[in-house]
Amino acid sequence: MATIPEDSKYAKSHEYIHVEGDMGTIGITDYAQKELGDVVFVELPQVGTQLEAGDELGSIESVKAVSELFAPVTGEVIEVNEALATKPELVNTDPYGDGWMIKIKVIDSTELDELMPADDYEEYTQAESGK
Amino acid sequence: MLVYPPVSDQPLKKTPLNQIEHELGGKMIDFGGWELPVQFTGILDEHEAVRTKAGLFDVSHMGEITVKGPQALTLLQRTTCNDVSKLEDNRAQYNGLLYPNAGFVDDILIYRMSGDDYFVVVNASNSDKDYEWLADSAKGLDVEVRNVSADYAQLALQGPESERILQPMTDVDLKPMKYYRFGRGKVAGVDAIVSRTGYTGEDGFEVYVAPEHGPKIFRKLVDAGAKACGLGARDTLRLEAKMALYGNDIDQTTTPLEADLGWIVKLDKGEFSGRDVLERERNEGPRRKLVGFEMIDRGIGRHGYPIVEGGQEIGVVTSGTHSPTLKKAIGLAYLPPEKSAPGTEFSILIRGKETRARVVPTPFYKRGK
Repeated sequence: MATIPEDSKYAKSHEYIHVEGDMGTIGITDYAQKELGDVVFVELPQVGTQLEAGDELGSIESVKAVSELFAPVTGEVIEVNEALATKPELVNTDPYGDGWMIKIKVIDSTELDELMPADDYEEYTQAESGK
Repeated sequence: MLVYPPVSDQPLKKTPLNQIEHELGGKMIDFGGWELPVQFTGILDEHEAVRTKAGLFDVSHMGEITVKGPQALTLLQRTTCNDVSKLEDNRAQYNGLLYPNAGFVDDILIYRMSGDDYFVVVNASNSDKDYEWLADSAKGLDVEVRNVSADYAQLALQGPESERILQPMTDVDLKPMKYYRFGRGKVAGVDAIVSRTGYTGEDGFEVYVAPEHGPKIFRKLVDAGAKACGLGARDTLRLEAKMALYGNDIDQTTTPLEADLGWIVKLDKGEFSGRDVLERERNEGPRRKLVGFEMIDRGIGRHGYPIVEGGQEIGVVTSGTHSPTLKKAIGLAYLPPEKSAPGTEFSILIRGKETRARVVPTPFYKRGK
């Protein structure tokens, strides 16, 4: 498994958020993309959408299944990754890099404390996959 | 996001190829109580391997039932809708095992081994039900029905290079073998049934051997160039070829005529379970039809999604996926007959949103000759 970036926080529903200043970049983890398999379509919100922590922000279709995406924190969508419209496979090939999904203006940074740091998330995925 | 449904707490049944699938990196899932690989390297590249070269599937979970005796043909004719009397030795037939309401007990393959000796291949999750249905229907007939599912490993080698890969390992002459024919002989030195059949829309073979020999043959075929494939690619391949999946597209509530399987309904063969319902449907038309569709809007209509019109549910999606060959979203759905003509547009409710789709001719994919 690829290294889980230390500088991000993780939701139980397998989204990551990487925060710089008040800007958070959200995507799904490497573990999640492997579980999903080949991603063929990502549905993302409009710029300007107000999201509450836990809101469904979009969906991700792989060949075999569809999954919902949830906002790990509250905030306003500032940017969406337009590249995914034509290259959804970036979610598979570079989930923490070019496969990011949305950028959000974080309103309440204490919400980040509710999320898991990298080492906890790694344990969490190991427990979930039963390995 | 939420990940793929977790494996249940029930102990899963394992096929004879379970260990080798783990060794080859198979991503294992709970498939109707069986631990089977959904993929090895990825659905898209496994799909492409089958369309362009050759892929290998473990389908040992499928059930096998033998029907033997002087009235074997009588039993099969009474319980199915296709005409089993048309079978000759070493030929196989696709057929429907039907309830009296013409709903499917299962869709099956019947192999005529010789004379009154038939070998019936059934869906994994239906094998006990099918066996009981056949055994019950056999009462009073001079016929022996046996569930021999545990006696076979089944491998499906599919793709244009299948014959080239398999021929060096077998004394069954593959070249003259036509579609839906089979032979018996040795594969890698062990007794096997080899049929030119499959569930991918591609040329290929299905090989039945004793379970203990399955792993060796699987390994030899992989070493000879067949790509190990999982259930994910099996589903995208069969859907492109518009082959029905029991539990998705057909079940006990759907008839062969609703499911666009009129070619296996032989009303003139004599009395059989469901015949009166099918005769009425053939005269009056079925109340709904299974059609192929492609998405117009972005999204994928998947199994169980309702088809809506003016707030009313008028149909349902039975299968849907991203087609790796066509690179677009396709699926199968039941629609009212008057809305089933190619070109007709309709709306699928996808996560609360009406999403447009269009009826298209099927199959979605047909291999070149």
